[in-house]
Amino acid sequence: MLKFDIFLSALANGLLTGAVYALIALGLTLIYGVLHIINFAHGATLTLAMFAVFVAHQAFGLDPYIAVFILTPLFFVLGYALQRFVITPASHGDDGNILLVTLGISIIIENALLAVFRSDTRSIDVPYGFSVMEIGPLFLSTPKVIAFVATLGVAGLLWLLLARSDTGKAIRAVAKEKTGASLCGIDVAHVYAVTFGIGTACLAIAACLLMPTFLVNPRVGNAFVLVAFTIVVLGGMGSIGGALAGGLIIGVVESLSGLYFGESLGQIGIFLIFLVVLLFRPTGLFGAKA
Amino acid sequence: MLEVQDLVAGYGAMPVLRGVSLNVGAGEVVAVLGANGVGKTTLNRALSGLIRAERGSIRFEGEAIERLDPAGIVARGLIHVPEGRKIFPNMTVRENLELGAYRRARANRSRNLEQAFTTFPRLREREAQLAGTLSGGEQQMLAIGRGLMAEPKLLILDEPSLGLSPLLVEELFALIANIAAQGLAVMLVEQNVVQSLELAARAYVLANGEVALSGEANVLARDPELEKTYLGM
Ligand SMILES: Nc1ncnc2c1ncn2[C@@H]1O[C@H](COP(=O)(O)OP(=O)(O)OP(=O)(O)O)[C@@H](O)[C@H]1O
Ligand SMILES: [Mg+2]
Repeated sequence: MLKFDIFLSALANGLLTGAVYALIALGLTLIYGVLHIINFAHGATLTLAMFAVFVAHQAFGLDPYIAVFILTPLFFVLGYALQRFVITPASHGDDGNILLVTLGISIIIENALLAVFRSDTRSIDVPYGFSVMEIGPLFLSTPKVIAFVATLGVAGLLWLLLARSDTGKAIRAVAKEKTGASLCGIDVAHVYAVTFGIGTACLAIAACLLMPTFLVNPRVGNAFVLVAFTIVVLGGMGSIGGALAGGLIIGVVESLSGLYFGESLGQIGIFLIFLVVLLFRPTGLFGAKA
Repeated sequence: MLEVQDLVAGYGAMPVLRGVSLNVGAGEVVAVLGANGVGKTTLNRALSGLIRAERGSIRFEGEAIERLDPAGIVARGLIHVPEGRKIFPNMTVRENLELGAYRRARANRSRNLEQAFTTFPRLREREAQLAGTLSGGEQQMLAIGRGLMAEPKLLILDEPSLGLSPLLVEELFALIANIAAQGLAVMLVEQNVVQSLELAARAYVLANGEVALSGEANVLARDPELEKTYLGM
């Protein structure tokens, strides 16, 4: 019985962690699905967002759950501007250049953060940081449960936006058929920038959900984004549902293999699953058939 | 309605169009013919702002549009149904049609959607089907329907009959005749010379980046030069 409780708790914690992975992967997969580029600045942007949460808390006394309502629109605008006024002009329409430009942006962000904050690891103190909720036989970290619920909410909203709104339809149209979209009068450059903005805004939300229980240093984003890349491929490049399911699966796999093989081997399970899925479904779990 | 003067356009060093002049009057059906690779699609792309005119002028209802982006040109009512259909394969038939009214005639969207379904009953049956799973003929109907959703003043059709069975081509031309009869100006780019010349009032034949031949469609249809110029490439 005790064994089962431990298993259940590892499972639940995996789902909770996986949700934040999913949120990070969501932004990445959306940008890939529409712009067909891999945003190498995703990790650094997440780090930047986490520092923004840190500063909002230390300098302005803003709780992360309040800061999220300021940082999300702010990061949307940041992403929009980056794509429209930096990435597009600097890459001259060449996809190879886009990779280099996003890589360059990530280096600039990381070094700027290093210069300002040094390489120290920092965290914020919130009164509910260590509070737990009792759900059935489980004791779960309250901020993680909040992160889980919020992620599902964000994914649901994103799905609604894409499925129902005119902007969402324009995004889906541009994703598959740029020329056709232009000929309907859709401003493709604007749609690209909006999509990049949404992907970036997802990072601000993820940062606000992470900071109550996590720490930040100028390189922290990379670890998350490596996992997020795995999720994006696993779920099927460009698939929203795939990113969500992939994130949860990865979270659970990491947690369970940590339980059975030891903490340090947790990540090995991720890559095992990754390899097995790709062996049998090269386009990912939810990817369109090639 | 549409006046093109000395249009030069292409893709880099060698322009494909080297000074094309033509015009389409209000309510007129004009055919544009020419051998493969002569630049018909390039002309359409320049007219709808997908590529920039290097030189020359394009006027639509008296207004210079050669510097406008595609969205601005769509907003003015010049609608281009492109070669290869360019529908949205990942979206339903209904969503495809709705997006036709993204920039223009949005207020009349539901009325025009009903109109499109009346014009193309087969699209109504497949309203919720993903456009990518439609047959070639149905996709062409969808592309035209999507164009009509914007309430065009001038409709450019680039090889609408491409890949359709003779029976379907027949149906398509009847449909275009119908659309034109409602007073819409149509610029029809086609390989189907005989049928296009039956439908159009006037025609232009492109060769070597220029207009090689032009005139009344029924006169051109009997012109022995047409075959020579047209197939001469
Ligand atoms: N994106 C492009 N980049 C470079 N060259 C191009 C591009 N698109 C077309 N061309 C070239 O421009 C020329 C004209 O092409 P275009 O598509 O306008 O011909 P077309 O008259 O429409 O032919 P078809 O009847 O086969 O459709 C061709 O030689 C083609 O190879
Ligand atoms: Mg062509």
